[in-house]
Amino acid sequence: MTWKPMQITGWGRASQAQVSAARPERPRDIDAALAEGKSGGLLARGGGRSYGDAALNDGGHVVLTRRLDRLLAFDPATGDLVCEPGVTFADLLDVFLPRGFMPPASPGTSFATVGGAVAADVHGKNHDRHGSFGDHVRWFDLLLADGTTKRVSPESDPELFAATIGGMGLTGILRAVCFRMLPGASQAVSVRERRMASLDHFLTAFVDVRETATFSVGWIDALARGSALGRGILETAEFTPGADPGRPRRARAVPFDLPSPVLNRWTIGAFNRVYYGRVPAAGRARARSFRDFLYPLDSIQDWNRIYGRRGFYQFQAVVPDAAAPAALRQMLEMISSAGRASFLAVLKTLGRPGRGLLSFPLRGHTLALDFPRAAGIEALLERLAAVAVEHGGRVYLAKDALLTPAQFRAMYLDLPRFEAVLERVDPRGVFISDQARRLGLKRSP
Amino acid sequence: MSGAPDTWLIVGASSAIARAFARRAAAANANIVLAGRDRPDLEATAADLRVRFTQRVEVVEFDALHPETHAAALERARSFAAPAVLNLFVAVGVMPPQTEIDRDPALAESVLETNFGAVVRFLQVAAPLFEAQKGGRIVVLGSVAGDRGRLSNYVYGAAKAGLHAYLQGLRARLWRAGVTVTTVKPGPVDTAMTFALGRLPLLAQPDAVATRCFSAAMAGREEIYAPALWRLVMAILRAIPEKFFKKLSI
Repeated sequence: MTWKPMQITGWGRASQAQVSAARPERPRDIDAALAEGKSGGLLARGGGRSYGDAALNDGGHVVLTRRLDRLLAFDPATGDLVCEPGVTFADLLDVFLPRGFMPPASPGTSFATVGGAVAADVHGKNHDRHGSFGDHVRWFDLLLADGTTKRVSPESDPELFAATIGGMGLTGILRAVCFRMLPGASQAVSVRERRMASLDHFLTAFVDVRETATFSVGWIDALARGSALGRGILETAEFTPGADPGRPRRARAVPFDLPSPVLNRWTIGAFNRVYYGRVPAAGRARARSFRDFLYPLDSIQDWNRIYGRRGFYQFQAVVPDAAAPAALRQMLEMISSAGRASFLAVLKTLGRPGRGLLSFPLRGHTLALDFPRAAGIEALLERLAAVAVEHGGRVYLAKDALLTPAQFRAMYLDLPRFEAVLERVDPRGVFISDQARRLGLKRSP
Repeated sequence: MSGAPDTWLIVGASSAIARAFARRAAAANANIVLAGRDRPDLEATAADLRVRFTQRVEVVEFDALHPETHAAALERARSFAAPAVLNLFVAVGVMPPQTEIDRDPALAESVLETNFGAVVRFLQVAAPLFEAQKGGRIVVLGSVAGDRGRLSNYVYGAAKAGLHAYLQGLRARLWRAGVTVTTVKPGPVDTAMTFALGRLPLLAQPDAVATRCFSAAMAGREEIYAPALWRLVMAILRAIPEKFFKKLSI
């Protein structure tokens, strides 16, 4: 196995790590990587789209899984797909959308991998209807710290299964995953957009939408204040088989890091107002490509560079339904009064808890938004996380870069069970990330 | 050509470029025979092609350094292809660091053997089959390293230079039977072979190189560079007098 020194970052670019990286192209290379790459610990890294330090392992080893991208078996009768961990959502849509199948849950970027989707138990805009990615996983082959590979299903080893779904790669390295693709998908969706004048409008609309729409997502102008607090656009979408989605948007790239002052509360506020105003007061419906609907930012390659060299944080928390009105209002007030520039925030509902011991979803409302890194921003994020804790909510580990061990423990109540599994399958802490160290989950071996 | 799809025999099929080429050819409706040493890996690639496309795919044993596997692999591939045409993509090669080769003369020999001797031997077995077939396309991966011997890579470069010359002759021989022979000279490609080498100029992705190989083969091109810019770069490098070139640390 060849290793090379690499400087890697989280997608938000605020977290960085110097690692020794290997990039296996064949299954047996993964065994070699584990045999050789234990000093400083080892971590599998897929598309590199988690925002914080979840896919970093400073001073240690990283296995880049992107070249393990083969589809190993597909049963059109059940939708069961077996594939290697480096397969991306873009791959899945290329191959299966023409056949009417879609991944059961998709994160906001098609550059994420199946391995990452298992590790973060990702959710999408259809969570109320279909749950998160882990809900559709039937089994996986996992390389464990002792060098053995185990096929793990909910029947064969329920605790290891539940620790790996949403387990942020800390139980081992996935070699293959079997999950169920969903039928009934098409290239085009019909998207309905409605203006929501305030947070209350949003919350009322979601009561109905989460029961009836296949896909739903809200975009909030997080800089709006007073009576407009929480105003935004609610999008719902349904498949329209046979409709012409039009040409997919051409990918453009951000060629360099924008200087930080370009994004400030005035430029971003103006953008957010335009975004709100472009939807007529009476709402509108239009046909869109499913991909453009799922991945609005994928048409801008390296969009993380717009936040400049210092990078940004993304905050995403979920709070239970009952607490949502108070918690979301409190969060939005903190954000808008701090005047911290952020492009559109995303507001969604989640339908049910995930199957993983560290799964993010619970039945509730989730708010996600970016914060350019600037003085004082860490304190604001810590206060936002505290609001989540106070209301029985939690922060999404795939986004997190800043949680404290105490906050983390208060959010993820199955943590003792998770730690018991680690004690059993990886007592020496071979699989480790910067996030795991920060959260006090593991010690370096 | 008959209605049945062509078959591509892909030799050295575990390499990243060969895998990408297999996907490219299968997407264009070809059946695929994957040949190499790492059977579990090739079975995974075969499974991938079967899921992605509807083509027939088979795996055969092949070891460049074990000539007894050569004829058997070709024979299997030919009967798999029949009655349609068999094409051949050869991606056999190793590239240890020159510094390692300089410490170990035996390694120099094995680099020549794998990159040159074994490939020539295999193609000598394949040539009569293609002559009998009176058609088909052969693509062989050479390298820009074969265009000029350089301090940092001269044994590998020598093997590839020999291969280029061999392919010129093979091209003339097989042209008489209606077979095209395409020499592809890639620059550095982002594969396991180059992964540890740090930053490389004009680093190409395997998909892009494979796509270029495929279209060059279908057009019956003789020699191409991948990416195309390397033709210009190598023309300039070749024009530098040896007197100066020997002083360059490239």
